[in-house]
Formats: sequence, structure tokens, C-alpha cells
Amino acid sequence: MQFGVFTVGDVTVDPTNGREPTEAERIKAMVTIALKAEEVGLDVFATGEHHNPPFVPSSPTTMLGWIAARTERLLLSTATTLITTNDPVKIAEDYAMLQHLADGRVDLMMGRGNTGPVYPWFGQDIRNGIPLAIENYDLLRRLWREDVVDWKGKFRTPLQSFTSTPRPLDGVPPFVWHGSIRSPEIAEQAAYYGDGFFANHIFWPAEHTRRMVGLYRQRFEHYGHGSADQAIVGLGGQVFMRRNSQDAVREFRPYFDNAPVYGHGPSLEEFTAQTPLTVGSPQQVIDRTLSFRDYVGDYQRQLFLVDHAGLPLKTVLEQLDLLGEEVVPVLRKEFESLRPAHVPLAPTHASLLAAAGGGGDSTVHAVDDVTGRAPEGAR
Amino acid sequence: MTVRTLAVVSAGLSQPSSTRLLADQLAAATRDELVRHGEQVELRPVELREHAHDIVNHLLTGFPSEPLRQVLDEVTGADGLIAVSPIFNASYNGLFKSFFDLVDADALGGRAVLVGATGGTARHSLALEHALRPMFTYLRAVVTPTAVFAAPEDWSGGAVDGALRARIERAGRELAELVRHSAPSSGPVDPFALTTSFDQLLNGRDG
Repeated sequence: MQFGVFTVGDVTVDPTNGREPTEAERIKAMVTIALKAEEVGLDVFATGEHHNPPFVPSSPTTMLGWIAARTERLLLSTATTLITTNDPVKIAEDYAMLQHLADGRVDLMMGRGNTGPVYPWFGQDIRNGIPLAIENYDLLRRLWREDVVDWKGKFRTPLQSFTSTPRPLDGVPPFVWHGSIRSPEIAEQAAYYGDGFFANHIFWPAEHTRRMVGLYRQRFEHYGHGSADQAIVGLGGQVFMRRNSQDAVREFRPYFDNAPVYGHGPSLEEFTAQTPLTVGSPQQVIDRTLSFRDYVGDYQRQLFLVDHAGLPLKTVLEQLDLLGEEVVPVLRKEFESLRPAHVPLAPTHASLLAAAGGGGDSTVHAVDDVTGRAPEGAR
Repeated sequence: MTVRTLAVVSAGLSQPSSTRLLADQLAAATRDELVRHGEQVELRPVELREHAHDIVNHLLTGFPSEPLRQVLDEVTGADGLIAVSPIFNASYNGLFKSFFDLVDADALGGRAVLVGATGGTARHSLALEHALRPMFTYLRAVVTPTAVFAAPEDWSGGAVDGALRARIERAGRELAELVRHSAPSSGPVDPFALTTSFDQLLNGRDG
């Protein structure tokens, strides 16, 4: 099972001292968190993508490319890549490029984005959210899998004899997750393609996750990708830890009370009861996280949100230390001992390559203008 | 025989509340009329005051607490709805509106609704027609022709009689009539139900 962190990339005032980080500080904090994630033995770092303040990560592959150059093992991902407002051609190019630079340590998670005004900035309309996600993703798959694409759709200009370059590393496209909180169409989409399904699982009741994952698993089996319990499921989670649980509650409460999304609403106690948010000791986080399996089954990826609501970088790095030293080693062992042999691990570049019977260079060479011939050795 | 369900929503803030009193009398009149026609009736009283914090939390977080979810399901899954608010500053109070803001725009379509209101003066009575009725019309509910307003003078003497009593009975008859002639509610909508296949999603893109 894979463990990691995902970040929204919000610039939020620290409510305990009124200090708001600059964009530069926040961006550097995000990549510091990624490097720390590798250092403490986590598997995945995933960044959000946003195009409006107070968020900074508008250019995920720039950030992930930087991280790729400074890490060895860490898997780089997104949470989420906007499949609605990004041009699928650009997604195909950017993430194939990242795959090459990161030696295959790349996957990504599709999401729609729920901020209406953002869509027209990119020539789209939020009312087309689901149709955009369906059409754009179908094109994205083809761009990664077919060397030359002729395509016509509803939302972007047609493509004729288009080759997306670079081709995916070893001819193997990155694995894709689809993230959604409560749109059954997206669970259906993930199931149809046999892709992964990621339930955000923060800020929302566990019941949403149970229903969405249940639907995805059932449809995954329906479409013949394997049995329902072999579907590829990822979950979010939000934690704040101190060795002593009272210290965790005391320290986190002002951040909770003033947080974007849920601040000034339910109490910390209500919210931890209603959603998977866990504030307490490492052991409490271990127990709560293990309990997720009770309603989603054996799953493949667990990402934690730890840098939300204005928490200072120092505190976030301490959270990563606790995750890496005390929480994740136990979770790895426990989840692995519970996982039946027929339930797969999350796909990686290596496993996808092996499943494809090995790969090779997938370069598409340009045809010579004069002779009309491709160079020697070209496909 | 099916049991007809009536949700009775009261947004009164004081306890005891004249809004709740009016809601109960409208419910009783409707129930009596349905019973006279041989129907069985289940009343589902909802005192919004008890859910005030959960209503605000839902507005802020986007999801209901478990008790509030049950209330929303009971209201949207009932065959008929009686909705009564005190009039504040010439309209329904904030609690009433906040609650119905949490009801999905399709959840009350075609549903029989009786609206009522209370206020400090009869001069507020048209708030029923310019605030409550349009809101339920937007939700595509079927609102009875009679809406019932109760002013302090209607309660004077400690008994409801005369004009208010007649209006309550007429409104109850109208709601009962609508409920009797509508198909039983199929219950609350399941937001997680898949209503389309992927082939439809993929191929319907030209539609």
C-alpha cells in the first residue's frame, strides 16, 4: 500500500499570530514538504491545481519537475489535475514530459474543479463539468496511446494527424486516478476504463466515500476489469498529531476554528465525529485509518492532508516526522497483513511496464519533408 | 392501504410558539380530512429550532449532520408538506429560509404544500403570497390556493374560532385533496444513484 501527502496549496493566515505567508514562502514550503515526505519514507506527494487566489499551485508539472530532480523514490502525483479547464493536449504533453524527467515516478488524478468563475477564464462553462471531464479524458487517453490522432469533439478544436510529444515513457502512459466527492458519473468513468478511483475523504462524511467507492467497485467488476475487490481505490484523510492527544486538540483547535471550508461552523468534536478528520495521538491516527478499510475494503493508496489552514511549515514537518516514524510503518504492516493475495497493489510505472510485456523507446520520428520517409529505426 | 405522510415544518423560535400552534392545527385539519376519506395518516412534525445549529453547519460545510439528514429525508420523502414560518421584517424568518435552502431544487417537485405564517400584525399577511408561495413555486411544488396567516387577534380569547378556524379547515381540505389525488411519494432522492451508463455519457456528448 502507498502512503503519502496531498496538498491544496492554499495561502492561509496563521490564526494564532495573524501571519500570512507570501506566495514565495508557500511555494517553497510545498516543495520542502515533498522532499521531507521522501526523507521520512512516504511514497507519494500530490499537489492540487488552482488558478485563483488564495492558492499558489497553478503550474503542477513545473513544481513536480523540480521535486523530481531532487528525489529518488517519491511518486509524484496530483490532487487534482483539472480535466475540465485544461486542454487535454497540454495535459498529455506536460505529464509525458514529467514521466521522462522523473523516470516514470508519475501518476495523476483527474478532477473537475468546483469554482464556477474559473471555467470561463479557460473558455469553459461549469455547467458542462461532467461532459468536459468525459470528452477531455477520452481524448487524453487516445493522445497517450495512439501515435497519430484524428479527433473531433464538442469542446476543443479538432485534431488532424496530431502526435502528442514526447510519447509516454517506454510507451506506457501514467496511471490515472479519478477523484470525486459525490458525482456517481465520475465513479462510473473510473470503472469504465479500469482506472483508479480516489475519494477525497476530507471535509465530507465517510458515508459519501462508502457510497462512491461501493459504486466504483461494482461498476469496475461490471466492465470486466476484475472482481470488485480488485478495483484500485485511494483515500484522502486529514490528521493532526501530538504524542499526547490533548496537546494535539489544544494546538489544532484555532486552526480548525478558522479554517477555510469548514471554519466557523461545526465544532472540532462534531467534525471529527462526522468526517474522517483525526486530531490526537499517533495511535489514534493509526486506529482511525485502519477503520477506513471497514467501509471501503482493501485499498491501495492513503494520502494525508497535513499542511492546511495556515499551519506553519515547522509544524507540518513535525507531522511528517510522526507519520514517517510512528504511523505509516504500523499502517503498512497492518494493511499488508490484512490484504488478500488477489487484491493488487497500486499500479506503478514498473508494474504497468511489466504488464505490457516490457516496453521500449516509443519515439515518433518526424517524416522527412523531401523524401517522405522516416529515419532509420523509426516506427 | 398506504399510509399518507405529512411533514409539518415549523420555524417558530419561541417556546411555546404560535407558529407551531398554527402548524399543528393545519396538520390536524388535513389529517382529519384525509381520515374522513379513509386514508391512514402519519404526521412528521419538524421543529426547525431544534436543528438550528446543524442547519447553519450544513450551509457552511455542505453536508448535513446525521439527525439533520434524517429530517431532510423525512420532509422531502413525505406525500405532503405543511410549512409555517413567523414573519420577520416582511418575510419568512432566516431559519425557515436556511432550512429550505438545503432542500435540493428537485426534491419537492409536484409535491402538495400548504403554507402558513404568523406575525405581530395582520399587515404582514401578504408575505405568504410574495415570499413563501413563490419559493415553493420555484421548487415546483403545488401550493394550495388557501394560505393561512394568523395574527394576534386570531388567537385572542384563547381559542381559535371564527375566521381563522374556517381558513384552517378550508386549507386542510385543499391539502388533503391534493395529497389524495397524488401518487405516494417515492421517498427521498438518492444522490449517489447512477442514472446513466458510461456509453450514454460518452456518446451523448453531441446531444
